[in-house]
Amino acid sequence: MSDHDHHDDGVSRRRVLECMTWAGTGVLWTISGGVPHSLGLVGSAAAAEPSGLTFLQISDSHVGFDKPANPNALGTLEEGINKIIAMPKKPSFMIHTGDITHLSKVAEFDNAERIISQAKLDVHYVPGEHDFIDEEVKLYKERYGKGTKGAGWYSFDASGVHFIGLVNVVDLKGGGLGNLGAEQLEWLENDLKGRSKSTPIVLFAHIPLWTVYPEWGWGTEDGGRALEYLKGFGSVTVLNGHIHQVMQKVEGNVTFHTARSTAFPQPAPGTAPSPGPMKVADDKLRSMLGIASVNFKLGDQRLAIIDTPLQG
Amino acid sequence: MMTSATCRSLGLRSGFRSGFRSLGIRLAVAAAIVLPLGVIGAHAEDMKVTIDNFTFAPAELKVKVGDTVTWINHDDIPHTVVSAGKFRSKTMDTDNDFSFTFTAAGDYKYFCSLHPHMTGMIKVE
Ligand SMILES: [Cu+2]
Repeated sequence: MSDHDHHDDGVSRRRVLECMTWAGTGVLWTISGGVPHSLGLVGSAAAAEPSGLTFLQISDSHVGFDKPANPNALGTLEEGINKIIAMPKKPSFMIHTGDITHLSKVAEFDNAERIISQAKLDVHYVPGEHDFIDEEVKLYKERYGKGTKGAGWYSFDASGVHFIGLVNVVDLKGGGLGNLGAEQLEWLENDLKGRSKSTPIVLFAHIPLWTVYPEWGWGTEDGGRALEYLKGFGSVTVLNGHIHQVMQKVEGNVTFHTARSTAFPQPAPGTAPSPGPMKVADDKLRSMLGIASVNFKLGDQRLAIIDTPLQG
Repeated sequence: MMTSATCRSLGLRSGFRSGFRSLGIRLAVAAAIVLPLGVIGAHAEDMKVTIDNFTFAPAELKVKVGDTVTWINHDDIPHTVVSAGKFRSKTMDTDNDFSFTFTAAGDYKYFCSLHPHMTGMIKVE
C-alpha cells in the first residue's frame, strides 16, 4: 500500500484524486488545505505524535456470529477493545458504524455493551441492518436511540468538528441500495444550513454513502444527495462500515473511508461469488480485522486516519 | 441494479423453464414412490427456492394457485423474503426456511429487505 502516495505523482491539485485500497495494513491520510496526501504505513503514522482531537471508529462487531469465518466474534471484538485500552493517548470518544450484533438478540446487545464499555469511552452509534432484525424492531432504539431523530440519526459537535450520524439501513427498496430517505435528507439539509463552511464535517453511517460496488449492494441510493449538501465545506470526511475491509477514495474536499470489521472479513468487490463472510487461514484472520483511529489537527485543518489491524 | 435484474430474467428462457418444471414433476413422482403416505391428500406441489451466495435460485419460479413455496437460506448471513403488501418472512438465519401458500394468481416480485439487491419473482397462474 506504500504506492498510494499522491504527494509526488504530479497530479494537478484541482483534479479529482481517487485512491482505493482493497486491503493492507493501513494508510495514514492527511488533508492540508483540502489537498490529500498519504504519508505512509501504519508504522510511520504511529510515530507521528497526534495532537488535537483523536477519536476511534469501530464497526461490524456482529456479536453472535459463530460461523467458520470466525467462531468467536465476541472474542475478536474484545481484542479490538483491548487495543483501544492500550493506546498511549486516550481518544476523546468512539463511533460505532453499525452491525453491533449479528441477529439483534437481547443477549447479543448485552454482550456487545459489556465488552465495548470496557474502553470507558463515550460511544456514538449508528445502526447496521443486522441491528434492526428483532421482531418488534425496538432493541436498537431502546438502547441507542435516545435524543435521535427518525430511525436514529443525529449530530453533535466536538472540538470544533461537526459530526453527523446517518441511518441508511431502513426502508430499503427491492433492487436498490442503502437508503437515507426524504425525511432524513431534509433534516440533514437543515442541520447544515447556516453552518460555517470552514467547519470540518464528519459524516458516518453503516453502508458506504458512495457507490463502492452496486452489484453487491455496496452503496447508498440517495447518498449523492446528502453529499450535495456538503458542497463548499472545506473538509468533509465520510466514515462507513458494512463492507468489512479498508477502502478509501478522495474526491475534491471529501475523503471516503471504510473501516475493517472486528468480526470477519469480506471479499474485495467481485473477487468472490458473494459478499458473504470470507474464511481465511486462522493465522491470517486478525490481520484482516481491526479498528480505525482518526485525528484532527485543528490548526492546519488536517485529518489523519490510521487503520490498525488486530494483528500484523 | 436494473441491469442485473434484466439479465437474470432474460436468462430464464422458456425452454429452461419447462425443463425445470419437468424436473420438478419427476422429483415429485420419485417422492411419491418413496413416501406414499406423504402425498395422500396433497394436491398442491411444494416448490423450493434456495438462497446461496446472496442469490435466489431459481430467480423466477412458476407455480399454480394453491402451491406452497419454501425459501431456505444456505448462507452464513441472515436473509429475508419480502413482497410488498403480500408476504414478509421473519429473518432467516443459516438453514432457516420460510413458506408461503399462494392463493391468488399474479406476479409476485420479492426481495431481501436486508440486501435489497437480492430479488426474485414467483409467477402464480
Ligand atoms: Cu439478504
